[in-house]
Amino acid sequence: MGSGHALKLSVVRGGGAFVCGESTALMASIEGRVGEPRAKYIRSVQRGLWNQPTVLNNVETLANIPKILLEGGEKFAETGTTGSSGTKVFALVGKVKRTGLVEVPMGTTLRHLIYDIGGGILGNRPFKAVQTGGPSGGCIPESMLDLKVDFDSLASYGAMMGSGGMIVMDDRSCMVEVARYYTNFLCEESCGKCTPCREGLRRMLEILTDICEGRGREGDIGLLERLGHAMQDASLCSLGKTAANPVLTTIQYFREEYEAHIREKRCPAGVCKNLTRFEIVPDKCVGCGMCARGCPVDAISGGKKETHVIDQARCITCGSCREACKFSAVIAAGRENISEGRQA
Amino acid sequence: MVEVLEVSRESIEEMIHSYECNQRYALAIMQDMQRRYQYVPKEGLRALAEYLGCPVSALYAMATFYKALSLVPKGEHIIKCCDGTACHIRGASTLIDGVERELGIRPGETTGDGLFSFETVNCLGSCALAPVLVVDDVYYGKVTLEKLKEIIQTVREGGAV
Repeated sequence: MGSGHALKLSVVRGGGAFVCGESTALMASIEGRVGEPRAKYIRSVQRGLWNQPTVLNNVETLANIPKILLEGGEKFAETGTTGSSGTKVFALVGKVKRTGLVEVPMGTTLRHLIYDIGGGILGNRPFKAVQTGGPSGGCIPESMLDLKVDFDSLASYGAMMGSGGMIVMDDRSCMVEVARYYTNFLCEESCGKCTPCREGLRRMLEILTDICEGRGREGDIGLLERLGHAMQDASLCSLGKTAANPVLTTIQYFREEYEAHIREKRCPAGVCKNLTRFEIVPDKCVGCGMCARGCPVDAISGGKKETHVIDQARCITCGSCREACKFSAVIAAGRENISEGRQA
Repeated sequence: MVEVLEVSRESIEEMIHSYECNQRYALAIMQDMQRRYQYVPKEGLRALAEYLGCPVSALYAMATFYKALSLVPKGEHIIKCCDGTACHIRGASTLIDGVERELGIRPGETTGDGLFSFETVNCLGSCALAPVLVVDDVYYGKVTLEKLKEIIQTVREGGAV
């Protein structure tokens, strides 16, 4: 470009491994090896890629540089908070009306992001939690909606900025199942090099699966917490150190949901199949037939303008009927409670 | 979509030799194989190990570590169901169950007639369209069980998806 400077630019394709977001694992991957991280007694700025001093920046950092060069650092720092200047791009997704990528100044509140920019919760249902920072981030409850989002504030609540993902959940999202889901993902993506991460995730996944399937036991919550803290203390890289975040934050903010699964064998959100049975409330059903049309196994019967009924023997608890019903006539009831003749 | 090649000594050699002999290109070469054959054949691993002068086990370790690589051949059509968080929250599990019911195979499997392979993936970067389904690199957003049936039917009938 006539500047007299020249550099060689190589593009390396990734192979699809979550742990390669970790600096030393990323370098191993670029060198053409399995992407396992190493202990960082020697930082990569001293010896990194091919044992050479290495600087590592992510795309978002590089994208901010032109603005700083053109307008100066002070101008750049006018936007955002003291600790986190500039703007941040979030992927605002989940149970929110308007989904997509949004760029906002650092320090924007969660409430503004979700309700003003995102237009609120789908179907105007109650907000339950927002999960930030990707699989090793945390779940933030409604009481913290006025949190001004920046690097430090998220970290102080056990969550993180991470990938900039912002996944909104409503009352039909089960926080225990969400924790199980993340733990399953991390368990698959753990490279297996260090014991706390490899074994910790497996044991946590077993316990969480048991809880979701109705085999939860007293003491499981405490056990999950102990495992989580051991992983935070003893794992080799950030994947393991942060892998317990989804479990620990959901226990911290949604403990009663864990307790409902373990003690009452009930999934309040109606997500965990073994603990859920869908019912149609006769008083609310107008007989529109939307539920029956959406049922993949034809388990719902009922004439026009008549109360519809779910055939429990055929029902696969997929929840399509609940999503389809505009009148909130389909409710999730606990299995135990119904079989014992008690209404949930 | 890239045409799927027959695995042959010549095509493997051609792919490998288009790269400089350096360990750093191991992943890129295997990705080329994955793209052209829809899997990394055993012959490919052996030839690459010979070329780079590294043990086959080192390449096998990579092929099993990286999600983009597969050691088994895939079906004619590949259905990928996204089970990233945004899709999961918006009903990906229901969709996965739906594909299992429609095709009679679980994620990671291929139908007996070799027509479909089914995979779940962790994120396709289209979170705003959740839940997302990809058939042979064509993206479908906000997929419902009804829409899923239509998509699979169209592919079965050989129509353009």
